Amino acid sequence: MRGPRLWLSTVDHKQIGVMYMVTALFFFLVGGIEAMMMRAQLSLPNLTVLAPEIYNQVFTMHGTTMIFLVVMPVLIGFGVYLVPLMIGASEMAFPRLNALTFWLQVCGGFLLYVSFLAGGAPDAGWFSYAPLSEKPYSPHPGLDYWALGLLLLGFGTVLAAVNFIVTIAAQRAPGMTIRRLPLFAWMTLVNSVLILFALPALNAALVMLLSDRLLQAHFFDPAHGGSPVLWQHYFWIFGHPEVYIMVLPAFGMISEIIPVFSRKPIFGYGFVAASTVAIAFLSYGVWVHHMFAVALGRVFISVFAALSMLIAVPTGVKIFAWAATLVGGSIRFTTSMLFAVAFLLEFTIGGLSGVAFATVPIDWELTDTYFVVAHFHYVLFGGTAFALFAGAYYWFPKISGRLLNETMGRWNFWLVVIGFNLTFFVQHFLGLMGMPRRVYTYPNLPGWAPLNLISTFGAVILGFGSLVFICNILASLAFGARAGNDPWDAWTLEWAAASPPPPENFAQVPAVRSRRPLWDLKHPELPDWAAEGGD
Amino acid sequence: MIWDAFRPQSPQVHAIAGLFDGFLILAAVIFLIVAGLVGFSLVRYRARAGAADPRPTFGSRRIEIAWTAVPLLVVTVIFVFTVRTMAFVDAPREPGQPPDLVITGHQWWWEARYPNGAATANEIHIPVSRRLLARIESVDVIHDFWTPQLARKMDAVPGRPGYIWLEADAPGAFAGACAEFCGKQHAWMRFQVVAEPEAEFSAWLRHQAELPAEPTGAAAEGTRVFREQKCGDCHAVSAADVRAAKGPSLAHIATRNLLGGELPNTSVNLARWIASPQSIKPGNLMPDPNLTPAGVQALTAYLESLR
Ligand code: HEC
Ligand SMILES: [Cu+2]
Repeated sequence: MRGPRLWLSTVDHKQIGVMYMVTALFFFLVGGIEAMMMRAQLSLPNLTVLAPEIYNQVFTMHGTTMIFLVVMPVLIGFGVYLVPLMIGASEMAFPRLNALTFWLQVCGGFLLYVSFLAGGAPDAGWFSYAPLSEKPYSPHPGLDYWALGLLLLGFGTVLAAVNFIVTIAAQRAPGMTIRRLPLFAWMTLVNSVLILFALPALNAALVMLLSDRLLQAHFFDPAHGGSPVLWQHYFWIFGHPEVYIMVLPAFGMISEIIPVFSRKPIFGYGFVAASTVAIAFLSYGVWVHHMFAVALGRVFISVFAALSMLIAVPTGVKIFAWAATLVGGSIRFTTSMLFAVAFLLEFTIGGLSGVAFATVPIDWELTDTYFVVAHFHYVLFGGTAFALFAGAYYWFPKISGRLLNETMGRWNFWLVVIGFNLTFFVQHFLGLMGMPRRVYTYPNLPGWAPLNLISTFGAVILGFGSLVFICNILASLAFGARAGNDPWDAWTLEWAAASPPPPENFAQVPAVRSRRPLWDLKHPELPDWAAEGGD
Repeated sequence: MIWDAFRPQSPQVHAIAGLFDGFLILAAVIFLIVAGLVGFSLVRYRARAGAADPRPTFGSRRIEIAWTAVPLLVVTVIFVFTVRTMAFVDAPREPGQPPDLVITGHQWWWEARYPNGAATANEIHIPVSRRLLARIESVDVIHDFWTPQLARKMDAVPGRPGYIWLEADAPGAFAGACAEFCGKQHAWMRFQVVAEPEAEFSAWLRHQAELPAEPTGAAAEGTRVFREQKCGDCHAVSAADVRAAKGPSLAHIATRNLLGGELPNTSVNLARWIASPQSIKPGNLMPDPNLTPAGVQALTAYLESLR
């Protein structure tokens, strides 16, 4: 069962899930080092720590790595590990496909990074706008590696989505109706549908870019009748749903964790579940807000502005639902809960600054400045990464059989929260003061130097906080307290399995008569299925 | 600083800053509501030792509908103001109205041409309190023309020109930057917009279109080096020369404030640039010429005579 050969050839969803998480953690270190290099270069004006061409490779690889090699795989990894357990299944629907998607992921990551040895990494940014990404302006092969690597990753992600959809559709335990799905499983399902329709746009665009670069096609070349704006449409038709793809599973984690540590069911399951579907639908109609600075016509832009604002409503519904779940609870401040609460506040900031970009004239000032950098780090770090920290502290006991250390957890939490806010809050001001993003250095204009220095200082603290997390994992794997099956007194099915679960997961799946089968088991006097609104 | 977001110096950016202030107040109120609710709950409902789980509650339709409807109302209001501000900032131009100037992005410098033939680089002059219609173009990759205090951003997309109104309330030199990543020297694709009273502006415009005076002395020697080094393959030195430019026009370069988008245009800096542009702006598209110190001096004298 264990042994390295068996890890290589495994089709067990738990082993594959763990492998996803471990590779993501590795690339998180790599992407983090890239971030540190950038912050070193930007700590003061006119530094020459990194040459411009190196800086451009580093920021391109940082974005590409964090999105495609960290956030996506770690979310898929959590899903692959947890979804079968949560729905009372013994495996994913297609175990071998599951292994294939993981190994595609590894190959894609390898292709991206081997570019460093093959004449230079890609350097046109994570959205590689044409014509900058075309041969005449980027002759070295870095961008070919970028496009091929992403193609493999994109293909793998689509397959993973198919696997999730079929698993959730077909493998649920008796009694687990769709309306009783744990919210993490529900959001993974919606997310997979989102992936299924969004990723092919990227894959198609990548094929076109590769044809332009390698076969002298002219899809995006204006000199031969192509259109650079076409690339932008394709990329963002994928790219904006992608933002939600990276955040919906995190929403799912928060929707599991906040209730358990508040000792209350989620406030308004129906609205939380339905708002996820609303977000998924709307997310296909907002891509042009990445292109408001292109001359596209006022009416056209207004429509996308309206839809972009509208998507704030279902997102707000979720935030209110989580906050209301706290009210009247009996709140336990575990490290997991601390991260979940911090998520609530940080993500609210990121969500609100997002509305600024839907407000077109504000976007005309702030797009492509450091305000954007601040905004999406509040969404993806303050949002997704904080939820992942919460999820790691919550599910690590299930995965390893041991609890993560809570003292180190506090250090981890406070360093990350303080470091994160120092790094990124000041970047809002830099954007407002006119600092464009993606610059390898900047003039010494009033206020820019101190704010950048604060940001770099914060990044160092954030880096230490992340290292504490990794130390905690290693130390707790060796010395952590035994967790038992159900350390948090939780309610979903994964906590009925052993920790770590045996290959077949459950000896016998508990009866499912409501959304909280283990609550029903523990409280026969007050089962959810008998309570009003319990189903 | 926050309350003077963008430090506006034009009616358009004033309007945007006003919208931003409104947005900021709304956002702050919403954040405080969420943070207040969370903070209150954390204090009020922290678990007491030995407490049993509270009796389950599952939500309240009425509250849920309320917190869907109220945000819907809020974004509707924001949308109305958005559309109004858009219409003001991007006020329609007369049908068929020709641009007052054409601004073209090049890797990594900005060219500006006026209808009378004046051409300049990285320094754009406008009159105070009269809006000019600027057409934004690119000859290579996508750039973005942005003067934070004066105007909205406009992407410079090859083959797809955009238009903005460029206007300033008061005289001054306003910093601008390329805001779309465009390659190695994106960071220094910076420029200035110089706003001056109407009379000064029209004098400047007339002067920029004039032909250069015949160089004498050291400057005359400079013209020889200029020819020898084929500087003219990339640079025009007079407004009469209207070839597609590989490099900035050097006509009247001595009247400009900046070199390479950032360096103050002094004799010392000009000589440094001529001797080795690559050490000042690594990767820019002007190769380091192979010049003797005397050649640099002569060229500097020549370019300084182009007033
Ligand atoms: C291959 C084309 C090319 C040649 C040849 C060339 N230059 Fe340039 N030059 C450029 C480009 C491109 C720039 C703009 C660089 C930038 O700012 O990114 C430039 C910028 C300049 C500038 C600064 C202008 C400004 O407004 O910022 C000066 C001065 C200059 N060149 C002088 C010369 C002289 C003198 C020679 C001959 C020794 C010369 N150049 C040869 C392409 C060329
Ligand atoms: Cu540019």
